Amino acid sequence: MEDFFEDKIQSVRNDFPILSRSIYGKPLVYFDNAATTQKPNLVIDAISNYYRNDNANVHRGVHYLSQHATGAFEDVRKKVAAFVNASSPNEIIFTRGATEAINLVAWSYCETFLEAGDEIIVSALDHHSNIVPWQMACERKGAFLKVIPVSEEGELNLEVLETLLNSRTKMLAISHISNTLGTINPIAEIVVMAHSKNIPVFVDGAQGLSHGPVDVQKIDCDFYAFSAHKMYGPMGIGGLYGKTSWLEKMQPYQLGGEMIDKVTFAKTTFNEIPYKFEAGTPNVADVMGFGAAIDYLNSLGWDFITRQEQDLLHYATEKLSGIEGVKIYGTSKHKAAIVSFAIEGIHFFDAGTILDHLGIAVRTGNHCTQPLMEVFGISGTLRASMAFYNTRQEVDRLIAGIYSVKSLFA
Amino acid sequence: MTIAETKDQIINEFNQFDDWMDKYNYLIEMGRSVPLIDETQKTDSNLIIGCQSRVWLSSEYKDGLIYYTADSDAVITKGIAFLLIRVFSGHTPTEIVEAETNFLDQIGLKEHLSPTRSNGLLSMVKQIKLYAFAYQVKEKNS
Repeated sequence: MEDFFEDKIQSVRNDFPILSRSIYGKPLVYFDNAATTQKPNLVIDAISNYYRNDNANVHRGVHYLSQHATGAFEDVRKKVAAFVNASSPNEIIFTRGATEAINLVAWSYCETFLEAGDEIIVSALDHHSNIVPWQMACERKGAFLKVIPVSEEGELNLEVLETLLNSRTKMLAISHISNTLGTINPIAEIVVMAHSKNIPVFVDGAQGLSHGPVDVQKIDCDFYAFSAHKMYGPMGIGGLYGKTSWLEKMQPYQLGGEMIDKVTFAKTTFNEIPYKFEAGTPNVADVMGFGAAIDYLNSLGWDFITRQEQDLLHYATEKLSGIEGVKIYGTSKHKAAIVSFAIEGIHFFDAGTILDHLGIAVRTGNHCTQPLMEVFGISGTLRASMAFYNTRQEVDRLIAGIYSVKSLFA
Repeated sequence: MTIAETKDQIINEFNQFDDWMDKYNYLIEMGRSVPLIDETQKTDSNLIIGCQSRVWLSSEYKDGLIYYTADSDAVITKGIAFLLIRVFSGHTPTEIVEAETNFLDQIGLKEHLSPTRSNGLLSMVKQIKLYAFAYQVKEKNS
């Protein structure tokens, strides 16, 4: 089957050097994009260019290089703010990734606003990273964790959510897109529900920011966390969007460096946002790479990205459904290009090992969502997560691979 | 047969295969013939936890020799578990403690012992050695 954007995809694939390599002598089929996406030349070059030409510590030097690096660093903050449509660049805090952004809020917000007997809501389809920090905050404060259940199709039960929201609820933390099932949660609708009871909403956007446009003002969420490496940028960098009103009221949880305003042994005062939450020397090189990734995504445009990914999702879903004994987990109408599945009678580890030898990289296991696996009564799945640079031909190779697995273990 | 001889025998068996698919086929066959652990021994305390597949390992000490049985929910893991049992089972604690464990490298299955593989096999090798070490200490003290 031909891809809808046949010519465009070939040229896009050329932007990603790793996509042309072989694994065990076979052309790589990279279907592990929900774990991390590959990096285009633009991103790789931005990082190496920074170290070759521009390296200096930001925010504290009067010399040329330091000022230049500071300017470039703050330009990326503006770029990220524009990318998610934050109302000000000061609402963007650089972190190591989504997990650190969640930990930041779970500590800083909860330290100020969570009290014994309060409640925090998460969902059964959340990643461990959006469960455990909140769970620990509840333990620290004597608060309770409440869970939105998930249906057979992998959708959140909003009726139950309605009953969970009450005057003791201090935070609703929810993922934008399920990393395991691909479900796109109706976050704007959820925000309306929570805000009607004055409850802030934290969105784990680790999977959300690479599959389609995100407008935090339109969604009206209070926080949105993301990782650059899942959006074609470098590892070790990401960020947190937070509404100014919240960020100003929250205490910093890491101390030292640029986040300080004035230090005496009697008292230390803190810098303004966003610097208040950026202790120590930031990861400037990867911020440059992150900026390049956003430029790259902007140059491709969401129209191409979403059309190609949705085409792959539907094609893969249709082909997988046609194989006897294959069961797909997560059948929501609104899905990103992530397909979790099991092959009857064959352990996911066995299947994944054979697919690997065929050059096909899929993820196997519980995908850091053990509570969700429990909902389905399974210990893991195989997961193919696709990106705009994947092709229908690659889906065909996965399908052929599954037939090989089936005959091998028959 | 000594531990070293069994290892050589397994290496020879695997050398027959040029194609990785045949190698895995053989492994899968062996996975199906593993001396299955007694159901009563499939307890949490015998469970070696890997994030990908689960392995149960049990040991029995009889007339100075250790006998291992194992099981796994994944067939490939079970096949490799069977290889380990073939090599180590039926030997004295000292022989097992002193034996080298690098033969999986030599048959091209090295990747299954890397810590990132998380299939419990690396822990299984450690556990085999630990049991042997424990019985060795017990022997000395008795």
